[in-house]
Amino acid sequence: MELFTLKVHEASDLIRRKKISSEELLKSVLGRIEEVEEAVRGYITVTKEYAFKKARQVDEKIARGEEPGTLEGIPFAVKDNICTRDILTTCSSKLLENFIPPYSATVFKKLEDKGCILLGKTNMDEFAMGSSTENSGFFTTHNPWDPVRVPGGSSGGSAAVVIAEEAPFALGSDTGGSIRQPASYCGVVGFKPTYGRVSRYGLIAFASSLDQIGPLTRDVEDCALVMNAICGHDDKDSTSVPEEVPDFTNYINKDIKGIQLGVPQEYFTLQIDEPVGKVVAEAVDNLARQGAVKRELSMPNTAYALSAYYLINPAEASSNLARYDGIQYGFRFEDAQNLRENYFKTRSIGFGPEVKRRIMLGTYALSSGYYEAYYLKAQKVRALVKNDFERAFENCDVLVTPTAPTVSFPAGEKTEDPLMMYLNDIFTIPVSMAGLPAVSIPCGFVDNLPVGLQIIGKPFQEGMVLQVASAFEKMLNLVDIKPTFGSYTRGGV
Amino acid sequence: MEIDKKMVEYVARLARLEITEGEKDLYTRQLGDILDYVEMLNELDTKNVEPVFHVVPMTNVFREDEVKEGITREEALKNAPEKEKGFFKVPRIIE
Repeated sequence: MELFTLKVHEASDLIRRKKISSEELLKSVLGRIEEVEEAVRGYITVTKEYAFKKARQVDEKIARGEEPGTLEGIPFAVKDNICTRDILTTCSSKLLENFIPPYSATVFKKLEDKGCILLGKTNMDEFAMGSSTENSGFFTTHNPWDPVRVPGGSSGGSAAVVIAEEAPFALGSDTGGSIRQPASYCGVVGFKPTYGRVSRYGLIAFASSLDQIGPLTRDVEDCALVMNAICGHDDKDSTSVPEEVPDFTNYINKDIKGIQLGVPQEYFTLQIDEPVGKVVAEAVDNLARQGAVKRELSMPNTAYALSAYYLINPAEASSNLARYDGIQYGFRFEDAQNLRENYFKTRSIGFGPEVKRRIMLGTYALSSGYYEAYYLKAQKVRALVKNDFERAFENCDVLVTPTAPTVSFPAGEKTEDPLMMYLNDIFTIPVSMAGLPAVSIPCGFVDNLPVGLQIIGKPFQEGMVLQVASAFEKMLNLVDIKPTFGSYTRGGV
Repeated sequence: MEIDKKMVEYVARLARLEITEGEKDLYTRQLGDILDYVEMLNELDTKNVEPVFHVVPMTNVFREDEVKEGITREEALKNAPEKEKGFFKVPRIIE
């Protein structure tokens, strides 16, 4: 057996029973990275030395007779917009090409303290703006199911390395779908927790009323394990919520009889690829046959969420990215004759095209004379979108929808038309606007490419979302189907 | 709402971005397309709707004003493109 194929809970079990050491596991995963990374290109940085040092520490601790924790000795990857102390954190931007954070994000510190071992930092769309990793300032990641296609984005690197078995799990961040959409395109489990559930201290800010960190894993049980480790209030993030965190593993393999699945019609009719909608609808019907109750409903403002989002998101981004001035950290244009020239040149050279586009759109939407027509109007529509969810949840426990309107598309297909790229997020954005928890799990294939099913919950009801996700996973039995990739694979389609 | 080249120049200036002639044309077209698309928001009557700026109802969060250890001056300056005598150095401000 190749150790890199192990899921988090399988590896954890073997480490705790002393069948394998953390170092053995790490060696296998690093070997896998060496083997397939050239074809995937999911990592910006691989932290080999750091990882060996940490793995040995874990093994010494176990040798001393100390009881290892659940995640002790498990390697993982982190999206490159999450600060890791003394380890390069670029946000896939030329502007932060050399940025070495002097502190760690709370999520990273939590996992490090639990004995998880950082493998490296993953590629993404620059500043998390994009749906394909094509906006990375460095290179595009390939989808392991078909290398000419994109892995989704912006957490495309994290999703790709998890399905390519280059990491047992990874962290991503989700602003309008950036965990769920790549999870859907790569066929992994990707969870965006409730807004405020996970600390964002040390996450490089993009759109602050929407950003949230979450896990990408190979199955739902692993997702629950990582959620246990990263959720919870943090004094360092004033937007984190002091809500009690249950043991999410208690929701795995539970009965779903009588649980009401809301099926919003708009998600199956708006700009969706018909075969994708069919695969999702079939999965829902099948779970209904197993005792869940299907409730069709309507969420009339769904189509407007995307428009409101593409005003709110750039507005917040333009404000957040004002800090990149070439003075305290990051790239600086060296030959500036004065401060003004420094600002203009540093930002123009440092930022890529999509980042500039969003900064300009946001600056416009916030500028004097346009604020009410655009920004304020969008925030009012956000209220309508949120109301849609509140009304829907009066009649169901979770909502089930497609994660994205299509399967993964070929690289280059949508780069010329930003609006086409934005439409990828049409089903994930409303959830972000309402701050709700949602997971994407694989639910089938179209043209040998994975299709994602999105399960949306009430605020702080991540447990219920995982319960339903676990039931779907068990029924669908797709977990061990992997892209035929590299020298060893467990399955394949 | 129409967006023209002049507006793109104005917005770029506000955002401290220097853009080329080619970029001006590109952004005029692309921002125009996006703004045309979001025009659909005007189909919705929001006269009596309160805007939602933040989904979690939160008021100010306070903490005790305690002295705690932070990062050192050396660490804070580590990423600075230019520094001198323990300070960030910037290009000339006053001509």
